[in-house]
Amino acid sequence: MSTLLDIQDLAINFKTRSGDVHAVDGVSFQLEAGKVLGIAGESGCGKTTTALSIPRLLPSNARLVRGHILFDGVDLMQFSEGEIEKIRWKQISMVFQGAMNALNPVKTIGAQIIEPIVWHEPAIARGDANQRVLELLERVGIPAARARSYPHEFSGGMRQRVMIAMALACRPKLIISDEPVTALDVMIQAQILNLLKDLQKQMNLAMIFISHDLSVIAESCDEIAIMYAGKLVERGSIRKVFSQPAHPYTQALIRSFPNIYGKQELIHGIPGYPPNLIHPPTGCRFHERCDRCIDICAQSEPVLREVGEGQIAACHRIGETLP
Amino acid sequence: MNATAVPASRPPNLWVQVWEIPLGRAGIILLGIVLVLSLVGPVVFPFNPKDITSTAADILQPPSSMHWLGTDELGRDVFRETLVGARLSLLVGLLATAISITLGSIIGLLAGYYRGAVGITLMRVTDFFLVLPLLPLIIILAAIFGQSFSITIMVIGLTSWPSTARIVRSQVISLRERQFIERIRSLGATDLRVIAVHILPNVLPLIYANTVLVIAGSILSEATLAFLGLGDPVRVSWGTMLHFGFVAGAAGRGAWWYLLPPGLGIVLVVLGFTLAGHTLDQLLNPRLREF
Amino acid sequence: MLRFGLVLKKAVQVIITLFAVITFNFLLFRVLPGDPIRLIARAGNLSPEAISRLRDLFGLDKPLVTQYFYYLRNLFTGEFGMSYTYRRPVIDILQERIANTVILLAAATVIVVLIGVAAGVIAAARRGSKTDQSLVVTSLVFWSLPTFWTGLILVILLGVYVKAFPVSGITTPGASFDSSFARLLDLGKHLVLPTITLAIVDMGQFMLITRSTLVDVLTEDYILTGKAKGLPFRRVLWGHAVPNALLPIITTTALYVSLVIGGAIQVETVFSWPGMGRLMYDAVLRRDYPILEASFLFLAATVILANFLSDIMYMVIDPRVKEA
Ligand SMILES: Nc1ncnc2c1ncn2[C@@H]1O[C@H](COP(=O)(O)OP(=O)(O)OP(=O)(O)O)[C@@H](O)[C@H]1O
Ligand SMILES: [Mg+2]
Repeated sequence: MSTLLDIQDLAINFKTRSGDVHAVDGVSFQLEAGKVLGIAGESGCGKTTTALSIPRLLPSNARLVRGHILFDGVDLMQFSEGEIEKIRWKQISMVFQGAMNALNPVKTIGAQIIEPIVWHEPAIARGDANQRVLELLERVGIPAARARSYPHEFSGGMRQRVMIAMALACRPKLIISDEPVTALDVMIQAQILNLLKDLQKQMNLAMIFISHDLSVIAESCDEIAIMYAGKLVERGSIRKVFSQPAHPYTQALIRSFPNIYGKQELIHGIPGYPPNLIHPPTGCRFHERCDRCIDICAQSEPVLREVGEGQIAACHRIGETLP
Repeated sequence: MNATAVPASRPPNLWVQVWEIPLGRAGIILLGIVLVLSLVGPVVFPFNPKDITSTAADILQPPSSMHWLGTDELGRDVFRETLVGARLSLLVGLLATAISITLGSIIGLLAGYYRGAVGITLMRVTDFFLVLPLLPLIIILAAIFGQSFSITIMVIGLTSWPSTARIVRSQVISLRERQFIERIRSLGATDLRVIAVHILPNVLPLIYANTVLVIAGSILSEATLAFLGLGDPVRVSWGTMLHFGFVAGAAGRGAWWYLLPPGLGIVLVVLGFTLAGHTLDQLLNPRLREF
Repeated sequence: MLRFGLVLKKAVQVIITLFAVITFNFLLFRVLPGDPIRLIARAGNLSPEAISRLRDLFGLDKPLVTQYFYYLRNLFTGEFGMSYTYRRPVIDILQERIANTVILLAAATVIVVLIGVAAGVIAAARRGSKTDQSLVVTSLVFWSLPTFWTGLILVILLGVYVKAFPVSGITTPGASFDSSFARLLDLGKHLVLPTITLAIVDMGQFMLITRSTLVDVLTEDYILTGKAKGLPFRRVLWGHAVPNALLPIITTTALYVSLVIGGAIQVETVFSWPGMGRLMYDAVLRRDYPILEASFLFLAATVILANFLSDIMYMVIDPRVKEA
């Protein structure tokens, strides 16, 4: 298997009036072609920032502090604006949050799906492009006749299907889905997840799947990366991380969700709030909320180390026997 | 206007905030200059409107050491006339705005608070006046009711309230939807109390910003009305100066010194209020705030 | 497509508003200032027969309610009474003037919309830049200019000192033209200064509204989608942002009609442009009430209809407008 995406030591700041927000700090991960990586973590931990940095779509107040994003072996950060535009959608497309207003309200969905096709493949015949739009719609379960409808004429779930059809339009290698099912109701969530999974398998797509809902990730991903306050705290295969979570934050996250494999359990929230990212805490960023915190946690930052086969975590207390 | 959240109470240092933004600061400085000139100017350089020349040689003369800004069509000193004219322009603008804002706020509050027949009727009336072309309306009202200082104020004040009413109404409606107002109402507070104690303070910042912009509009309206010959003929304002200058053919004779000063006065005051109002709007309306 | 029911509802609203304006106008000129004959029939030295004819026409010796119905009947037959300065039917005078005002407003509107919208788009696209800041300041300054004074200054600058353009009227008096082209050229020259004046003053508002609308639209999620698709910013701007910003801009255009009518009165006054605005100014000076009354009614109706048109256009462009 070949590595499609290799993110190395990514660090991103946002400039604001009150100071620099250290939104992502030292995140690394790899993704192989055809695999699905889930990114989980509480709100504000930098999931969207990480995702948007890959096709370089961050807002203008964002700054790349360090790091490389290798896609098919080349560093996207070195590309000119014109070069990255050629990568966007053609190679890396996105599915945004279901409730978001990600479709243009004054254009038909057909026009919006065909737009990237004719833009990235100028040689394509209009008829072929139209044909592809209809096929895509069919694939995501929307009657072809609805290509002439406007976004407001669809339900939330249907809009998300449109979004997925659009993401597939240029046959990309990588799809980044940022909370694709959040804010949809549960029945619809399951449908959309199944659709995404099926398409991913059929087309052998690589996918990054962002969600703050661990159960959603457990169902759809091969690997998982857990982020906390801009840091990657744990990474590994779904099976490993869920059965033997190494980082206290991962453990707390798993505890705070209903048991995905078994019966519903009591939901424990994690006490406290994520820290301010303008002045992040010293040492381990989680230490203030950690129930296993010791002196060193507030002083030195833990590094990621191997805790099992293909599983890494950043915690000073790894290796000690669990209480 | 979008009914976005506004801070629950007026930040105490609103004008300090305006001052910290370059455009706002420019506005405040402009207003300060004009205010001082209009208050102190006529004391230092008094203007005598009856000081009319008897010789044609003194009419519409260009600037000289005697008359720093030349003379008008009656041979009077334009510099002194401009200083004293500022007072009337400002006064009419402020008084008309007082009427307009009071009326607009009350109608807006009631129209937003009472959703039934009262609210609908008030809004229909507001929309009706909003759709009438302002200048023609002011013109016919002034032409019918006559030309005097107080009529000018009334006419401008009574015609410029609808936009305020609309802005206030949409803010009140979004406040009404909030939980705490419902709770207070259910505790048995009277409507008047809810409006005065809980709603008005929340709309005040918006009214503030609007007031500043309405003053600018009122000063322009006064000047236009006076220019069209509907001002108070016995008092000097920038508008009447421009009217008499225009009628006397000052433009065709190239008498820039007569037309430039009062017009610049208007521009500077209106710009001052506009800059301040624009800045206030940006501060109070998070949607417009620059990063 | 257009929802017929919605259009019908709007049309009914427009008719109600028109009636309200007519009634308002009627009351204003009949009830408030006292003697109606003074207002309607004070036609200089009209003969007693002419006065009694007007009296019959408007039912001036009848009760007010009856007068109102006479008034409505007269409106629908185009009977607005006699101007006492021109001693001719008001409707004839209006008809002569309207075309001239339309020419002026059309010329100014094209400039205002094109430059105003373009400047607004540029400013919003480069939000926060030096270009943006100078465009905003320029717009605020333009917005603060009194229209009539701007006209006067242009007269002095470009008419008197530089003598580049004629400063008064619509044609060169006493000139004879060999061709219709020469006539048109003459009209064009006379049009320059009044048009520039109107355009300068009303452009600022257009630019500011376009800018703030677009700044808003540019924060929408579908803009990010457009960028994610690999479209260059210019295509996202014109293909996705501007079409969405168009709706508020259309509403602004309706408000602008009201504004530009006020501007036309001032500009026509300054440049002696023989349109409705100059007509109103002359009527004000001579207290020619029949002219004022009819002009106001006409202008108000124009603005109401412009609003109606913008509502319809909104419905055509915005697919979200649903049956209300
Ligand atoms: N444009 C911006 N300017 C300043 N700060 C920003 C900006 N965008 C995001 N941030 C901050 O960066 C941090 C990370 O945000 P991000 O949106 O990546 O989080 P997230 O994990 O996607 O959260 P959510 O689950 O809420 O979507 C947050 O603290 C956020 O406040
Ligand atoms: Mg996010």
